[in-house]
Amino acid sequence: MYTLIAVFAPLVGAVLSGVARPALGKQLSIAASILFMLVSAAAAVFAYRIGVHPPLAIAQWIQVGGFNPHWTLRQDQLSLVMVVMVSVVSMLIHVYSVGYMAHDETPQRFMSYISLFTFAMLMLVTANNLVQLFFGWEGVGLVSYLLINYWYDRKAANDAAIKAFIVNRVGDLAFAVGIALAYFTFGSVNFDVIFTGVQAHVGQHYTLFGTSFPVLEVIAFLLFIGAMGKSAQIFLHTWLADAMEGPTPISALIHAATMVAAGVFMIVRMSPLINAAPAAMEFITIIGASTAFFAATIGCVQNDIKRVIAYSTCSQLGYMFLAAGVGAYPVAMFHLINHALFKALLFLSAGSVIHAMSDEQDIRLMGGLGGKLPFTCAMMLIGSLALIAIPPFSGYYSKDAVLESALAAHTAAGTYGWVCGTAAAGLTAFYTSRLFFLVFTGKSRAPKHVQEHVHESPVVMLLPLLVLAVGAFASGFVLKPYFIGAQFQNFWGNSIAVAASSGMLGMDSVTGLAKMAPLLVGILGILVAVLFYLLVPSLPGRLAQGMAPLYRFLLNKWYFDEIYDALLVRPSLRLAKFAWRSDDQVIDGVPNGLAAITSDASAQAVKLQTGSIALYAFIMLIGLLVLVSLFIWVK
Amino acid sequence: MNQLGFPILSLITYLPLLGAFLVATLSGDDAKAACKARRIALIFSLVVLLLGVYVWTQFNPAIAGYQFVEVMPWLSGINVEYRMGVDGISLFLIMLTLVLTPIAILASNGIKTRTRSFFAAMLLLETMTIGMFAATDFVLFYVFFEAVLLPMYLIIGVWGGEKRIYAAVKFFVFTLAGSLFMLLAVVWIWRHLGTTNMAVMAHANIPASAQTWLFLAFLAAFGVKAAVWPLHTWLPDAYGEAPVPGTIMLAAVLSKMGAYGFLRFAIPMLPSASASFEPLMFVLGVVAVIYISYVALAQTDMKRLIAYSSVAHMGVIIIGLFTFTVEGIEGALFQMLSHGIVIAGLFICAGIITARGESLALKNLGGLARNMPVFAAALMLFTLANMGLPGTSGFIGEILVIVGALKVNFWVSLLGGAGMVLGVTYSLVLVRAVLFEKYAKPDLAVLKDLTCREYAMLVPLAVLVMWLGVYPSSFTHAFDAPIAALVQAHTAALNPHMALAMVTAK
Repeated sequence: MYTLIAVFAPLVGAVLSGVARPALGKQLSIAASILFMLVSAAAAVFAYRIGVHPPLAIAQWIQVGGFNPHWTLRQDQLSLVMVVMVSVVSMLIHVYSVGYMAHDETPQRFMSYISLFTFAMLMLVTANNLVQLFFGWEGVGLVSYLLINYWYDRKAANDAAIKAFIVNRVGDLAFAVGIALAYFTFGSVNFDVIFTGVQAHVGQHYTLFGTSFPVLEVIAFLLFIGAMGKSAQIFLHTWLADAMEGPTPISALIHAATMVAAGVFMIVRMSPLINAAPAAMEFITIIGASTAFFAATIGCVQNDIKRVIAYSTCSQLGYMFLAAGVGAYPVAMFHLINHALFKALLFLSAGSVIHAMSDEQDIRLMGGLGGKLPFTCAMMLIGSLALIAIPPFSGYYSKDAVLESALAAHTAAGTYGWVCGTAAAGLTAFYTSRLFFLVFTGKSRAPKHVQEHVHESPVVMLLPLLVLAVGAFASGFVLKPYFIGAQFQNFWGNSIAVAASSGMLGMDSVTGLAKMAPLLVGILGILVAVLFYLLVPSLPGRLAQGMAPLYRFLLNKWYFDEIYDALLVRPSLRLAKFAWRSDDQVIDGVPNGLAAITSDASAQAVKLQTGSIALYAFIMLIGLLVLVSLFIWVK
Repeated sequence: MNQLGFPILSLITYLPLLGAFLVATLSGDDAKAACKARRIALIFSLVVLLLGVYVWTQFNPAIAGYQFVEVMPWLSGINVEYRMGVDGISLFLIMLTLVLTPIAILASNGIKTRTRSFFAAMLLLETMTIGMFAATDFVLFYVFFEAVLLPMYLIIGVWGGEKRIYAAVKFFVFTLAGSLFMLLAVVWIWRHLGTTNMAVMAHANIPASAQTWLFLAFLAAFGVKAAVWPLHTWLPDAYGEAPVPGTIMLAAVLSKMGAYGFLRFAIPMLPSASASFEPLMFVLGVVAVIYISYVALAQTDMKRLIAYSSVAHMGVIIIGLFTFTVEGIEGALFQMLSHGIVIAGLFICAGIITARGESLALKNLGGLARNMPVFAAALMLFTLANMGLPGTSGFIGEILVIVGALKVNFWVSLLGGAGMVLGVTYSLVLVRAVLFEKYAKPDLAVLKDLTCREYAMLVPLAVLVMWLGVYPSSFTHAFDAPIAALVQAHTAALNPHMALAMVTAK
């Protein structure tokens, strides 16, 4: 019952602040969304305290043949943990937004969107079948689109929003087909039926590309491709940095704490199935580890405060997949929760900085803010230490657990994961310290008029920061015994299936240098940043000149956008023009029709440009399929 | 006669005809008569809508066969009777027509010339369409099927845009040419079976060699109507040139005639030909989804973009029908309803812009979200449904077709589902060009948000979009019995032994 309130209260808030706005007025509609969010958070905590319950059926949804996903709320430990996290973090960000969006023209629209987002996210985490999960999945994607595009008169916002939606949809298509294949295999899309049916289908094969594959592997791969899109893993990551066009509270809520973690959640949710797909697990490990490393390298050279944190998010999500890939699902969840808290803290602190700096986001134009924004500085410090994984801050406990699990898995992929993850830990420490030093220490590099306006944010914004900071500090050692301690099976119950081969079970066997390595590398990263940005500030510039190709490679984000553009966009552009022409001239061979239509061909070319991302997204999907199939083939 | 003891289907069918007659005989000066004509047309269409709702409440979803059956002697010399009836397949297509006609009539205030004739044509169109969906005799069906052409031809040709004559003639020639093949098929079937009762025909045993030819004839007739690629080229012109109410009826209702024909005739009557043409139909469907989506992306006019998106969705419907699975066919049928509502909503949105004196060229629009937030929300909702977002009507059909197709072939499922990606693209490009960014020109900034009349058109459609998306069972419930029977009969016809085994196993 409390779960029901927790899930639907944000929907009520969204409707009140969105649709009933003319009747309520601006202030009341904002108040309504906050009120219902508070109700939701309180109900979520109550639901958690009451504990695990059987799924709560709400209503019939689809009932066609054997395809019968219904509106149901699942209330197992995994769902309840997520419900609490999502509703509490969302509530804090609602409060923060009141301050942050105070000068906006339509704050109630903003509040309505984030309440709607919270509803969709809660539907996602409480889904009892794949299709309802997909409902939440697409719902959060939609609101993400609407919010990236919140300032819709900006061209960049439009570009970023469309890109985000389309790249996500590439993953979602694989997800949808994965759902269909799961239904085809298990005769149902309900989780319980699928989980109990896994053993019976282990030996079953499915033919693709003329080759026979284990059907469970195919399903796991398809679902993971969906997760890759949502969680911005390498190849489908290009949208996340651009998504920073949205208001900062959104970056904290959607593009750091909750939505992007949905991919990880989904893989954890499907753990009984994933466990039976070893090749897919290996793939997940490799993708996760590669993303963790790759995104961290990019984070080192970015100059936009939000983009640095965005690449960091990408990288941290890679860690979570790394853990999931070696079967350490509770560790992935542990890192997910910790990350949600400290990354929300970092983003909101960054928002406070941006707010103080009159919307400036370039860290090269900041500096010396520590004295003027002491509170924000302290909050940012806590968030940074948690991200760098310095004990006793939360990141330390979960990131080390991820790496230990990877090493303890004793597989080639696991070891690769450990190497990438440890290297990424050093890079993380470096870029996080770099960000902190450039923003808060030294002399201000901002223009005069900006400097004069620097001010600490209002209390309504600082209070949520404080709550999150407590979380980012304490969640590691408080949650560790429950989430990944010796009794973790008691805590998670049957909501997560940890196989006997899981790397997690051998975590304690990792000792000595291997255990210390991530921390040492992290400290090294900090020291390098100290050297670069505190002691010898001219060094980074000289280094960038000395290693210009590498610097440019990183600055241009490994040229992913350019490669996609050259390999996919332009060829598909020609294809689209060809399609358009042939439809007009060949198929519709009526000559008088075409003169009028093709007369302004140049206008069409302009039009095509705007749609071109889609074309590449689609071909990207095909490329990804080929990649995956090659991978399975080689196995 | 039937459970009501009253020929309610004929009443629903011919009441608009009476209205058309009344409207046509109106006299008086033009402005006043126009107003009166609109009112009469609206009243008649609402009354038949109420009758339709009554039929729905009395409908028994557990029965697979026709209900509310009416039989009257008609052309008794050649053994053809006047037969009407509905089952779960046609019920909601009739309801769709009944719901959309009053909305289309509300959308016709842009019609300034020959208004009386226009409303007469709209009511005539409603009669013909409902008659076509309710007919259960092939000859009667054929008569209505052809008769639909006339009012539609006039609506495009008389009240259409600049190139209306070209578009109208093209529409007429394409569809008439297609239907001539169907006429041949009707004649052949009548000679072969001696009856044109559709309930009998559905279980007739037609030799496999003849099935191929009959299927091709149906493909010509229904393929043109359903705008199956590459028979679709009449569609963008017709949709683009027809006046908004005409486009609504054409896109939302008339395009369903083709898919309905496949489902009603080709699949049950010609099981072996349907099965052997399955790969072809899949290819046509997939090509429509992917290729037409690209073409839609290249459009520079709002109405044409929506028109092409409509063709792409017909591809999904065709794929669903030819999976011969319960999920796929019900998905296709659901998609037909959803598409009807969504596409009507989109064209009404286009009409709202036209009504404010703006052109629909995308480069001349933009930024409308600022001054027209309710309009923006409505257009957004219909666009989301058009791209199949879960929670809206578009998703249910899409996922069911993906599921049904996967039972047959992985690649059909994946490529047919590619509309999920490509549909997002042209849809978002559309809303961006219309609603977002800066105003393309200053006079867009003074446009007013929706009027009461526009609310009256959009709100019912928006409610339906959500209803179909959140609680589709109220509709699929009625599909279950006839579709299950259809799929079973199809399997039985292809594998007599297996079907026998199934029966004995029970």
